[in-house]
Amino acid sequence: MVKFDIKNLNIWFGGVHALKNITLQIQANEILTIIGPANSGKTTFLRMLNRLNELQSNFRMQGVVEFNKQDIMKMDKEKLRCQVGMVFALPTPLPLSIFDNIAYGPRLKGIRNMAKLKEKVEVALKRAYLWDEVKDRLGISAFNLSGGQQQRLCIARVLAVEPEVILFDEPCSGLDPISTAKMEETMLKLKENYTLVLVTNNVKQAARIGDRTAFFLNGELIEMDKTEKIFTTPSDTRTDDYIRGKFG
Amino acid sequence: MRRIKEFIIEKLILISGLTCVLFVLLIFLFLLKEGMSVFKTVSVLKFLLGKNWYPISEPPQLGILPLILGSLMVTLGAIIISLPLGVACALYIAEVAPLKIKEVLKAGIELLAAIPSVVLGFIGMVTLVPWVKHVFRLPTGLTALSGSIMLAFMAMPTIVSVAEDALYAVPKAYKEAALALGATRWQTIYRVILPAASSGILAAVMLGIGRVIGETMAVMMITGNSATIPKSILEPVRTLTATIAAEMGEAVVGSEHYFALFAIGIVLFVISFIINVSADLFLHKTKS
Repeated sequence: MVKFDIKNLNIWFGGVHALKNITLQIQANEILTIIGPANSGKTTFLRMLNRLNELQSNFRMQGVVEFNKQDIMKMDKEKLRCQVGMVFALPTPLPLSIFDNIAYGPRLKGIRNMAKLKEKVEVALKRAYLWDEVKDRLGISAFNLSGGQQQRLCIARVLAVEPEVILFDEPCSGLDPISTAKMEETMLKLKENYTLVLVTNNVKQAARIGDRTAFFLNGELIEMDKTEKIFTTPSDTRTDDYIRGKFG
Repeated sequence: MRRIKEFIIEKLILISGLTCVLFVLLIFLFLLKEGMSVFKTVSVLKFLLGKNWYPISEPPQLGILPLILGSLMVTLGAIIISLPLGVACALYIAEVAPLKIKEVLKAGIELLAAIPSVVLGFIGMVTLVPWVKHVFRLPTGLTALSGSIMLAFMAMPTIVSVAEDALYAVPKAYKEAALALGATRWQTIYRVILPAASSGILAAVMLGIGRVIGETMAVMMITGNSATIPKSILEPVRTLTATIAAEMGEAVVGSEHYFALFAIGIVLFVISFIINVSADLFLHKTKS
């Protein structure tokens, strides 16, 4: 099943042509990894999927992005963001307790019943594999957690909103190897129930957990294929060069 | 040669720095020396809580409670008006306004701060005072309310610019995280940005209060200058500052009246000191 269908997407920020004629599809329950050097448009692409690019006043776009066969620009953007959650590069706990961070999304939807909130928080934390580490101290500030725990807290916070797709914007760039391994394990398990799009600067990470991989360069989609194929027999020499570390 | 030059410059700067502190210290000592004399004849408690201010009757009655209440009433009124307006204005500038409107608004607010208080007082006297009199059907429009409205305008620039700084300092990541969870702009502002900026906004209010409570000229012109305990905000009042300004000229040097005015100065000094220190504490909290 196709989750996202992107046709001829062009994006500009002021005079800068950030994404050039991107056409691709994202399948349900896959991990699509996006690799490419800095300024290649990976993050812009990701932020298009939940319409965060619009926060910049000089944003302009052309083309169609469909989510579940609906044009996202015609959807209510709050509703879209509930269905397409996002985890940022640096952990972004809100200045609240662990519990309130996770309950934030459900509360926005108008859920006030404490028992129901507690249940949602527990389920979300368990799915993000953080429950055992924090279950006795849900009341403390989220800032007291380690970086890796904060990042999994952010995943739990997204899960509590019950999205269909989760976008990851270099989620492990600030984490140590052990936390990174835990994050990857979490993402692989999430695949069963969610569609994941992962932007990463770590080529090896893309190889480890991606089902399919897309290579972006200077705002263009160079190629996209099964991860295995991209990393063994890429069809474009630039992809090969990037993976081998010849540039970027 | 070079060493000597360095030494001289260093010491000059040191002396300049110390001079500032010295001035404050001297002013405070002078205030204390002159003001304390009044407590030889009136007890501190009677001075602060005395209900009558008749400084030239015989014997003089020196109770400043009506003046303290006058100041508090005018200040409270001004803050009640300027706090919501100021914070809303800061929110608009920091979060909502397009770039061009933002610049125009900021310039306008700076201009508001640049209007001399006597001019504001004058404008208030000829426009606001008759309006208050007419709307509330009062015998006189020279009331605490008129003073509050006028002073609200004076506190606004301070509140807006400090609150805007505080809002601007909220990490962009908070905003994006909240929006990405499906929050609307207003939900983001209300639940995330405002709480995160709350201590800075409190500091803004404190600085606004400091500005209002020390203001003299405009209040003297439009609050009616009646040193009685006010029963409502629609009655004439007299503030601490206006009392000093109005009576210093006619008080006989060395009389109890004269010393009492200095004691009022000490009270004002203590109040603004407390307000400034608490504002500093809140600001410090925002930064750490």
